[in-house]
Amino acid sequence: MYSLERPVQGQSSCPKDRLGRKRRTVVSSLTEDEELTEILKSYCSNKVTTTKYSFLSFIPKNLFEQLHRFANIYFIFLAALNFVPVVNAFQPEISIIPILLVLAVTAVKDLWEDYRKHKSDKFINGLVCEIYSRKRQMYVDQRWQDVHVGDFVRLSCNEIIPADMLLLYSSDPHGVCYIETANLDGETNLKQRQVVRDLPRQGSELTPENFHSRIECENPNNDLSRFRGFMEYPSKARVGLHNNNLLLRSCTIRNTETVIGIVVYAGHETKAMKNNNGPRYKRSKLERRLNVDVLWSVVLLVIMCLTAAIGHGLWLRNLKDNSFLIPDTTSPALSGFYLFWTMIIVLQVLIPISLYVSIEIVKLCQIFFIQNDVDFYNEYMDSRIQCRALNITEDLGQIQYVFSDKTGTLTENKMVFRRCTIAGVEYPHEENGEKSKYIFLHNIFHQGDASMELTYIVDFFMALAICNTVVVSSPNQPRHVSRTPLKSLEDIKMLFQRFGLPRFSTLSPPHTTESPRSFTRRLFSRGKAASFTPRLDGVPGEDGDQGYEEEGDGLENSNGGEGPPSEPGADELIYEAESPDEAALVHAARAYRCTLQGRSLERLLVELPGMGSLAVRLLHILPFDSTRKRMSVVVRHPLTNQVVVYTKGADSVIMDLAESPKGAEQSDGRQGHIREQTQKHLDNYAREGLRTLCIAKKVQTSTEYEIWLKRHAFAETSIENREELLLESAQRLETNLTLLGATGIEDRLQEEVPETIEALQRAGVKVWVLTGDKQETAINIACACKLLRTTDQLLTSSSSCLVSLQEACKALLLELRAEVERGEAAEGTSGFTLVVDGRTLDFALQEDLKGDFLELSRRCRAVVCCRSTPLQKSHVVQLVRDQLRVMTLAIGDGANDVSMIQVADVGIGISGQEGMQAVMSSDFAISRFKHLRKLLLVHGHWCYTRLANMILYFFYKNVMYVNLLFWYQFFCGFSGSVMTNSWVLIFFNLLFTSAPPLLYGILDKDVSADTLIKLPELYKSGQNSKAYLPSTFWLTMLDALYQSLVCFFIPYFAYAGSDADMLSFGSPINASALLIILLHQVIESRTLTWLHVLVLVGSALFYFSFTLVFSVVCVTCSPPTNPLGVDKLQMSQPLFYGVCALTTVLALLPRFLFHALRNSISPSDTLKAALMDQLNPDNYCRRMQHWNQTQAQSKARGLIINVEDLDIKIPDFILPKELKECRAATGSVLS
Amino acid sequence: MMKEELETTNRPDNTAFTQQRLPAWQPMLSAGIVIPGFVLIGLAFIGIGVALFITSQNITVLEKDYTGVETTSDCYKCSNPSDKNCTCKLEFSLSTLFEGPVFFYYGLSNYFQSQRSYGASKDEYQLSGDLDYFKTPISACSPYQYDANQNPIVPCGSLANSMFNDTFKLYQIVNGTKKLVPFDGKGIAWWTDYNIKYRNPSVTPLKNAFNGTVKPSFWSKPAYELDTSDPSNNGFVNQDFLVWMRRAALPDFRKLYRRITEGDYARGLPAGNYSLEIAYNYPVLSFGGRKKVVFSNVSWMGGKNQFLGIAYLVVGSLCVVMSMVMLIVYAKFKFPEDD
Repeated sequence: MYSLERPVQGQSSCPKDRLGRKRRTVVSSLTEDEELTEILKSYCSNKVTTTKYSFLSFIPKNLFEQLHRFANIYFIFLAALNFVPVVNAFQPEISIIPILLVLAVTAVKDLWEDYRKHKSDKFINGLVCEIYSRKRQMYVDQRWQDVHVGDFVRLSCNEIIPADMLLLYSSDPHGVCYIETANLDGETNLKQRQVVRDLPRQGSELTPENFHSRIECENPNNDLSRFRGFMEYPSKARVGLHNNNLLLRSCTIRNTETVIGIVVYAGHETKAMKNNNGPRYKRSKLERRLNVDVLWSVVLLVIMCLTAAIGHGLWLRNLKDNSFLIPDTTSPALSGFYLFWTMIIVLQVLIPISLYVSIEIVKLCQIFFIQNDVDFYNEYMDSRIQCRALNITEDLGQIQYVFSDKTGTLTENKMVFRRCTIAGVEYPHEENGEKSKYIFLHNIFHQGDASMELTYIVDFFMALAICNTVVVSSPNQPRHVSRTPLKSLEDIKMLFQRFGLPRFSTLSPPHTTESPRSFTRRLFSRGKAASFTPRLDGVPGEDGDQGYEEEGDGLENSNGGEGPPSEPGADELIYEAESPDEAALVHAARAYRCTLQGRSLERLLVELPGMGSLAVRLLHILPFDSTRKRMSVVVRHPLTNQVVVYTKGADSVIMDLAESPKGAEQSDGRQGHIREQTQKHLDNYAREGLRTLCIAKKVQTSTEYEIWLKRHAFAETSIENREELLLESAQRLETNLTLLGATGIEDRLQEEVPETIEALQRAGVKVWVLTGDKQETAINIACACKLLRTTDQLLTSSSSCLVSLQEACKALLLELRAEVERGEAAEGTSGFTLVVDGRTLDFALQEDLKGDFLELSRRCRAVVCCRSTPLQKSHVVQLVRDQLRVMTLAIGDGANDVSMIQVADVGIGISGQEGMQAVMSSDFAISRFKHLRKLLLVHGHWCYTRLANMILYFFYKNVMYVNLLFWYQFFCGFSGSVMTNSWVLIFFNLLFTSAPPLLYGILDKDVSADTLIKLPELYKSGQNSKAYLPSTFWLTMLDALYQSLVCFFIPYFAYAGSDADMLSFGSPINASALLIILLHQVIESRTLTWLHVLVLVGSALFYFSFTLVFSVVCVTCSPPTNPLGVDKLQMSQPLFYGVCALTTVLALLPRFLFHALRNSISPSDTLKAALMDQLNPDNYCRRMQHWNQTQAQSKARGLIINVEDLDIKIPDFILPKELKECRAATGSVLS
Repeated sequence: MMKEELETTNRPDNTAFTQQRLPAWQPMLSAGIVIPGFVLIGLAFIGIGVALFITSQNITVLEKDYTGVETTSDCYKCSNPSDKNCTCKLEFSLSTLFEGPVFFYYGLSNYFQSQRSYGASKDEYQLSGDLDYFKTPISACSPYQYDANQNPIVPCGSLANSMFNDTFKLYQIVNGTKKLVPFDGKGIAWWTDYNIKYRNPSVTPLKNAFNGTVKPSFWSKPAYELDTSDPSNNGFVNQDFLVWMRRAALPDFRKLYRRITEGDYARGLPAGNYSLEIAYNYPVLSFGGRKKVVFSNVSWMGGKNQFLGIAYLVVGSLCVVMSMVMLIVYAKFKFPEDD
């Protein structure tokens, strides 16, 4: 979807709140009051500029910004240094070339990006909306940029909201309007907003002239889910303002004909803009390592320059009479000092500045390949992988710990209602549930204690249907303009006449006044009439997110005459819930004919079996939060007319709250029984891996309610501490609950999750599951996805007091150690699994225990943390990341995973059922868990090895080339002379040898994707940073030193004592350096495609043709290294080629030999696998099998505790079926 | 239909490039490649080495130091820098024919023409005949930009100023009489230097172009009188000047002075006694340098250089030895593909 908003990076065009107030006051912009008008003017206008630069400011600002980068400062410093006459090494303009090139490339890139932003800004600012004009006394079209705070904006259906505004009027008779926040957070479910409470009714439409209220609200902030303030009427009465009075910029109005609002925040002060942060910047592990080596290069540079400086000083001193040779008469010491700086210019290439630019380019290309991987394409959602962080691709190849959420990550997060327990009686809801449901319902009517039972059942389903924030809509309604474009305005009006009709107008009072007895009777009579036929419902639970087709309406209408005639389209209700659990429950309730038909601000329309539609007056919604772990609705019961609180929440919380029902002694025993039974059932559900929720209710007396209401109203209107007060208020209400029952919802495992987890574990990645679910559920899922083997020993720790935990932790640790020692098992490969619950985790994360906890968990193969809060999740990740110094990856799909995703080195969001928060905060967003396998094992591995090799190659290349210049200093009196033309020198790095390493970093492929997937063990090389160890770095440096020695001294001895001039001497050195550098890459490359050949040959040709042409056309240019005639002459002489050939071969001999010997004496796993790739399919399969067997055997040797482990490992690869698959796969790849 | 298209708009292209399946050659260093490769390279290098070595062996070189450090040397008397216009003699005899064409070089050691500020101290524009730079030479020439009277120095700069100014005459002693060996001083400089890079100003006579300028302080004659015998060999295109201006790469170098290609000596220097008369002008002892003369003939590979031939032989043999080592290694360890 086209995103309307872009991150703001540039200046904010709005003045700071000059008065520095804590609140903002908003009044109608039609006000006459000068002072108030002045205040309104001080607010930000609605014009947004997300561009960094304006036309005039581009050059200075871009330069300024670029010069802030350290690398560029170094460049500038060098360029400036070259303008100092005493130290200059080249012509001043030559040393500007690199910096100019880098600046220009970056500036062009920035300009292009900014231009795109500018275009989109212009488009957005130019959008049109209707604003009330005082002059013309009507709404007129205005551009978005002309909207100001205090303006009245009228919007129609499907229009986008131009600024954050307070909803004052909605064409909906109940003062409700719906918005879709997809532009803001990607969530496509409708959210309900309501008109400010108690706003005087003003006829058909709001008249802006009559609006004299004053709005006080908080200053602009980025919290999307919070808005606090109050509105003061002219009568000085105040009413609290909530988040659900606020229409947010860039959301879309849906299902509502017209709304009018007053703008409170505009432009950059809107919540949407405040939430737009730029792309995430993380520094990868490899880059941190790289920076260390860059510092080493600096040290090397300083050493070389110092050597030259001292050498120059000594050389000058030893020169007795030099008057006619050396023109200047500075003292040797001062000359040495000057020379130090000259040498810094000459040897500047040693610091691989261009490396940073190259890395950026390479990473962009890697991202391109990741994004274009067809394996990450999800047909169902038509989505690919999203790479949101651009600079940590190689971290994917070094992951050691994976922290995974459970729901929606390992599982589908498509909730299917499985079973429920009501009043201690369990009712299974099978998938082929027609029959059992019939039995279920039939059971109800044949219970002895029917009335009691029935009350429970009705209450239970009532709670399921109404205790939620589900929005009911109909598929016919125009939601997505893009997909179902409306033909004309008339069509819209037609639609609104159809759906915008007050749906509840058909309600008649008799329903609400009916007594419970008659209700029961009616229900019974319907039951006896056996009007529930198996045909009634589809198979509930098959499709959690699709509307159930109700075919039984006609039947019902003919049977029960009291029911209001169903509105057209009402049987195609669509429930849009923020969480899939809610949707599943509402659907379940509907399956049992307790249908939520509509929802407005004050009323809920519920259809009960045999009762028809009932209007339930909704008094309050106490929304879900993670501290309370429950939500409640307060309604006036339609039948009893009592105030009833329905609460739905996590079983542990509800069970605690439902402990002592007050004033119901006779039912105490019964309640106890129910609690006992329910707990038993809950345990069963959890064991089966079902998600459990408890449903409870509470009947409030009117006095109790009055008292509570007063304090609640206070909480609602207060601006300060409102969250705390509301929480307190909710907790006051949610006590002494009567337990109704519990539900068990199944969440199916995603496809290929076990395989992915097994592959990750084989790859040496430790997988932790952090979930908010209960222990049994978590263990169950962990088993299902093969995180736990049946043979694994579970170490569960759930204790409530600190001391015991400490002891338990220590005891477990000791026990584990003993086991490990007894079995001589290798560390970390034991078959132990630690299961920790949230409460224990709290203790374990404390300072004095976390060491023990880590030690324990490190020795376990897997860790499952259940009942953990979002904060705990992030703490766990942080602890592991910081204490063990490992690379961590967190993957999750919901808002509760956001903190964990942000803390981990690599955060992965799954775009699933729970909105986009996780995706928005992630570095990579995938659509299925199984994609993680290829992302890490293949792309991670590739990205890491490619980048690591490219960086090493860059260092090598620079050191090798720069040393040539350094060696020459011994033969020019350490004077900073170079034996090469300065243009060639500058271009050598910038042009002649820059493309091949880039290609190497982008395309090199050590092992094929197929083999990497099949042999996850290969991932370990990246995990252990095998490709880029300090030792590898120094070895490479040593090799570079050797090569430069060969490259310099072979020509030196070949030309010693001859009449060769400087440039003629430099020519073969340069040419062989180029050949060595290019061929070095050929040796290092694992794959060479036609692109490689093109670039390598192209680079060489470019060099030779450039020098040749330059040596012909450059007559008086670039003194003192004028190349006229040099290369032309050199390349016509056999000696030149003789020297080049010898130099190149001798320089590359050791590396070649090293590779050849290592490949045969101790080939790395990667190499073995690469060799496999070259085999024919049959041999490939045979070898693959052999590999897996030896791997399993070597594992088994270390795993004496769990010998059974073998049984799991090997069969996968012995089964003939697997072999066939293998053959098929390889066949297709190789052919 | 339309819907289907919409649904797959996000699908990445399934091409070999985007899916990273480009056909590739994997340069795996296996026994099959390494051993034959080493043997081949080794043999080729040995071949080249032998050819180079033989070529180099056939080159005759005669080097004579005439700095005059040793008291026995005839040039000892000239080594005192205060002694102007000193001439000394260097006598040598050849037992066999020194095959021609013989190249006659002068050589200097411990002389850093490669020094940066020394090398930069010249004016390319002036040397390309631009009269503007005759009046105001570039500042790089400093302190040889202007003389004490603020007259511009042409050619300016220390590189030109320090031009080698010893002159040589070679006599063959035939029956006690000295017979001048004719020197060929043409075409000793680079073609590009003589024809393109260095240009005299197009003023005739050349002398007029130098009006208002002074000669470099070290020079005895102005630039337009460098060669009195050949008027076209004067100014910036004087062959000796051009040779000098092409800076030597290394501190021990030689520069071509003359070729011996004419008359009786076209085939080379016959056996006999020779006497080299040296006009000893150039001071080198002040910076610890040495001067020498070199007679040499050249081959297709340039002058005599044993190093390259030997190096080729060594590297070639090394490759062959390595292939043996690899063979043993492979026999012992086996390549993973053989298990």
